[in-house]
Amino acid sequence: MKKQLPVWLGFALALVFLPSIFDSVLGISILNQMTIWIIFALSYNMLLGQGGMLSFGHAVYFGLGGFMSVHALNLIADEVFVFSITLIPLVGGAVGLVAAIFIGSFSTRKSGTVFAMISLGIGELIVASSLIFADFFGGEAGVTGDRTYGPPFFGIEFLQDAEVYYLGAFWLFVATLFMYLFTQTPAGRMANAVRDNPERAEFIGYSTRRVRFISFCAAGLFAGIAGGLFAINYEFITEENLNALTSGRVLLMAYIGGLGFFIGPIVGAVILTLMNSLLSNYSEMWMLYLGIMFLLTVIFLPRGFAGFIMMHQIAWQNRRLGTLILPYFVTAVPALVFLAAFVGLVELSHKGDDILPFFGLSLGAESMLSWGILLALAGIGALGVKLSRPRLAAAWALANTPTADDRGDVR
Amino acid sequence: MTLILGLRRPQSKHHQSTRHQSKHHQSTPHLNSARAAAGQSLTRRASLSIGALACALSFSAATAQEPIRLGFMDPLSGTFASVGTSGLNVLEFAADYFYNSKGGILGGRMIEIVPLDNKQSPTETQLQFRRAVSEELRIIFQGNSSAVANTLNQTIAKHNRRNAGQEVLQINYAAVDPILTNEECSFWHFRFDAHAVMKLDVLTDFIAMNDELSSVYIIGQDYSFGQVVADNTIRLLGEKRPDIEIVGNEFHPIGQVKDFTPYVTKIASSGADAVVTGNFGADMVSLARSIIDSGLDVPIYTFYAAYDGITATLGADGKDRIRLIHTDRANPLASDERRDFYRAFKAKHPDSDITQSRLANALMMVVQAMEQSQSTDPYDIAVQLEDMRFTSIAGDELWMRGEDHQLFQPLYISKQTDEGIEFDADNSGFGLLTEYEVGTSETITEHSCRMRRPRR
Amino acid sequence: MFEVFVFATLNGLVTGLLLFMLASGLTLIFSMMGVLNFAHASFYMLGAYFAYTLSAYLGFWGGLLFAPLIVGCIGAAVERYGLRRVHQSGHVAELVFTFGLAFLIEEAVQFFWGRDTKNYQSPELFDFALFTLFGQEFSAYRGFMIAIACLIFGALYFVLTRSRVGIIIQASISHPQTVANLGHNVPLIFMCVFGVGTALAGVAGVIAGPVLTTFPGMATVLGSIVFVVVVIGGLGSLPGALIASLLVGLLQSYAIAADVGMPELLHLLGLSFDSSHPLNDLWTLNLPQIAPVLPYLLLVLVLIFKPTGLMGNREQ
Repeated sequence: MKKQLPVWLGFALALVFLPSIFDSVLGISILNQMTIWIIFALSYNMLLGQGGMLSFGHAVYFGLGGFMSVHALNLIADEVFVFSITLIPLVGGAVGLVAAIFIGSFSTRKSGTVFAMISLGIGELIVASSLIFADFFGGEAGVTGDRTYGPPFFGIEFLQDAEVYYLGAFWLFVATLFMYLFTQTPAGRMANAVRDNPERAEFIGYSTRRVRFISFCAAGLFAGIAGGLFAINYEFITEENLNALTSGRVLLMAYIGGLGFFIGPIVGAVILTLMNSLLSNYSEMWMLYLGIMFLLTVIFLPRGFAGFIMMHQIAWQNRRLGTLILPYFVTAVPALVFLAAFVGLVELSHKGDDILPFFGLSLGAESMLSWGILLALAGIGALGVKLSRPRLAAAWALANTPTADDRGDVR
Repeated sequence: MTLILGLRRPQSKHHQSTRHQSKHHQSTPHLNSARAAAGQSLTRRASLSIGALACALSFSAATAQEPIRLGFMDPLSGTFASVGTSGLNVLEFAADYFYNSKGGILGGRMIEIVPLDNKQSPTETQLQFRRAVSEELRIIFQGNSSAVANTLNQTIAKHNRRNAGQEVLQINYAAVDPILTNEECSFWHFRFDAHAVMKLDVLTDFIAMNDELSSVYIIGQDYSFGQVVADNTIRLLGEKRPDIEIVGNEFHPIGQVKDFTPYVTKIASSGADAVVTGNFGADMVSLARSIIDSGLDVPIYTFYAAYDGITATLGADGKDRIRLIHTDRANPLASDERRDFYRAFKAKHPDSDITQSRLANALMMVVQAMEQSQSTDPYDIAVQLEDMRFTSIAGDELWMRGEDHQLFQPLYISKQTDEGIEFDADNSGFGLLTEYEVGTSETITEHSCRMRRPRR
Repeated sequence: MFEVFVFATLNGLVTGLLLFMLASGLTLIFSMMGVLNFAHASFYMLGAYFAYTLSAYLGFWGGLLFAPLIVGCIGAAVERYGLRRVHQSGHVAELVFTFGLAFLIEEAVQFFWGRDTKNYQSPELFDFALFTLFGQEFSAYRGFMIAIACLIFGALYFVLTRSRVGIIIQASISHPQTVANLGHNVPLIFMCVFGVGTALAGVAGVIAGPVLTTFPGMATVLGSIVFVVVVIGGLGSLPGALIASLLVGLLQSYAIAADVGMPELLHLLGLSFDSSHPLNDLWTLNLPQIAPVLPYLLLVLVLIFKPTGLMGNREQ
């Protein structure tokens, strides 16, 4: 922990100063989304990455926590309870924990496919009942609250999103810290053991079911905290926040980021939130790009973006990271050309009558020349990647070969 | 790649759009000579990014030549996108056709429509609303899904209360949940569609006129609109024709039913003479298909059983059987002015239809409010819109009631047919022919709105 | 009441057999490769869309012949160039890959065919009522659907148990190394099984497209329910898939037909609640309302009490 103090300090400083850099309404709103999704994705990784439990229904705990939090906001507004809304995430967390204790009591008996399928079934059942029990869940319109009631927190009434950001950042820091500490506890270590080899874990006297159950409950707790933050930020929640789509999204975040690393889900949540909020403003085809990117990540970066960064650890230890820069650059340029041409082709085929501005050119779908240029660019890009790849592979192999002077201590 | 090239051929060379004229573009080389003559227009996505950039760089005050930017928030990607994109086409076309091609409004300012893709999700709606605020869009057109409209209504109410001077106005052109102009009414919300109970009042009048009917089956999606349809059909038919028996009142989960045949079996065995449903989208098509396939020969009274592929899919099977309550008369058209508008739209978008001509009404009334107040401030526009009377291009007299911000307009009941159709749907030869209409003054209903007006 | 029961049975049979056409391919792929293919229903959707396009040129029968072939080829290509690479990263990676593939196929369908409902019709040959019972028609096309499904089950069962190919396939499920040592090309077998499995889904799409409407959401509607069927039936068991398909189909159909619910139950128990009771939604619940989620309830119950599924003999 001591060794990592600078990292945590840097994390806290980044959280404090980020809104000064991205200070538009949109910027703050994206930062707020990120705080919620990072906690949620980290909690998901407690299940899948650390515990080896693939869940298709993790949004249930997020959503239930969120629903109860919105109801709590309304109770505060009606002055049934009087407490500061800064504590709302605890309400969400408690609900997530209770739900996880209940569902986990029977679903954590097995891992693997059985666990995955139970989570899918439970998820669908909860979504269905959310539409049936309209009094609590508000039907398809959801329930709405108002965060500005209740006693002000040191004079802050949370009228503006920026004020909510600091509340979210505080909870993000606390939740991240505790989730990290959890991985260091015996329970967290045993979760890894049960994930990797349940038989051995049983043999040394641990109940695998109990270990899974503890991870499951902790994941439910933090998902509920994220749900509580969602309630404060958006002041409403609907059925879509506990359905399979949300569960799928958090799975994507954790996977794209990298399951094997604590920081992975953070990276994934940041990337996906950015894509979701910004890409959709520029292209109707953004979901297609997202799908392609996701498949490519699964195929080529099986350990996610965090895994990709960590791949360079050996080269860095060998002090040969610098030798990779040029080969990367030589491959990246044609790859980007190919990417741009591909996006151009996709967009052009959907333009109909409009003109597609493409790096200073105006392309039209009717003009064969436009199509020709894009196809040629794509071809050149693909060829460039193909030609430069062997050099990159060679440079990679070289960078990962231990240098003569420290060959001794490389494991 | 050849597949991409082969599909999606552009259909038309007409290009009159004058929106998004940009100096950035006049110096760039034009590859497409046909296009160069047509006018140098940027695409809307690109103008958006430049708009965003301009916004970020400077918060300069509006100059005379700066365009008036209106937000259009609806699903533009994902499963529900077809409804949203067809609405966007209509709104953009109406802005070009009525104003931009004639020199703009308020002394030469162009109208620019900024698309905001909310994916028909309440959460995304909130995100897009914040983007709209970032880009200083003060007027937002929104229609699809009452859940989204409710969310937006409440978000805007909170935003406007907390951010005086930066108010936003919601122009609702299609969400029909009655509460938006009743219990949940807001000064910052105007509805240009008739709400569900108004429509049902006319629909049940029409059903009551059919002396041959003795029993009705109600089936709908299990959510608020489906329930409003069921409850009010039962209530209104009970008042108008107590002898008609309601032989079934069924709810099914929204968007989850694979096969409607089990439901149709129940309808058939109940011996119903007619079916009333508020279903939309795939649930509507599948239900109608199953009814047709089972050989059940009953009329189906609906709200959303036309356009976006539905008319083409039902085709001859739906002839004289599908009846629709709506605000936009499709055939016969009342005025040449409207006919020209439809033709011009079809020339530009051959694969699309004017599915919601009330969008044009909404735009024209908003523009009139801007011209009358010589302002683009939402408060000034709202004040002007209240109790505005307006003659639409179809020659209809419209009235925006000031007390609850509900528009009153003629309502029509049409049937699907291929006879006497001048403007068909989905290029299928089939379209909607009006059978029954009710004038503006007869659609006026009571309301329970207690509107809180902001002080200025 | 009897007529409702008869028709509910018939409807359940049609739905169940349609589910079986999807489940058979899915369970085959699973038993062979251990991959739970999330994109399976997407191949079903591709079948419907390809058949829609082809039927404009070749008629319905041309579509029925060629659309599954195209889908099968796409499936085989996915296995060869996608799944096989991902296989090295483990089962979660494979699952996540098919998850992403389902997403991508839905987007691609919208890209190429647009978002509107497609006007894909059944052939005129079947535009008559097979029989009329109690004044209700049972269309010939539904009879055709039942026939095709039975044919597929028969053919699959025969191939897997009686033919040499079937024996090799069964052997490579249980002992892939031994089969490879005997000189068989196991990766090729995997690719073919994946192709055939997806082609079966394609067939289901071709014949279901006209009755269940062809639209971009059709895969989502069916996607998770097919999973449920396969898991309830027992992973890797063909007879289990058949039984579970029929069970799920009939369960939903009967639930919709039955006009009973909590009010009747409470009445039997002699209880009554005021409409202002906080749990009013629960007390007014009826069976048709929850029919579509009953399979999920069944799934959870089966997994809790018999984690291997009805006919399965292994968990992972």
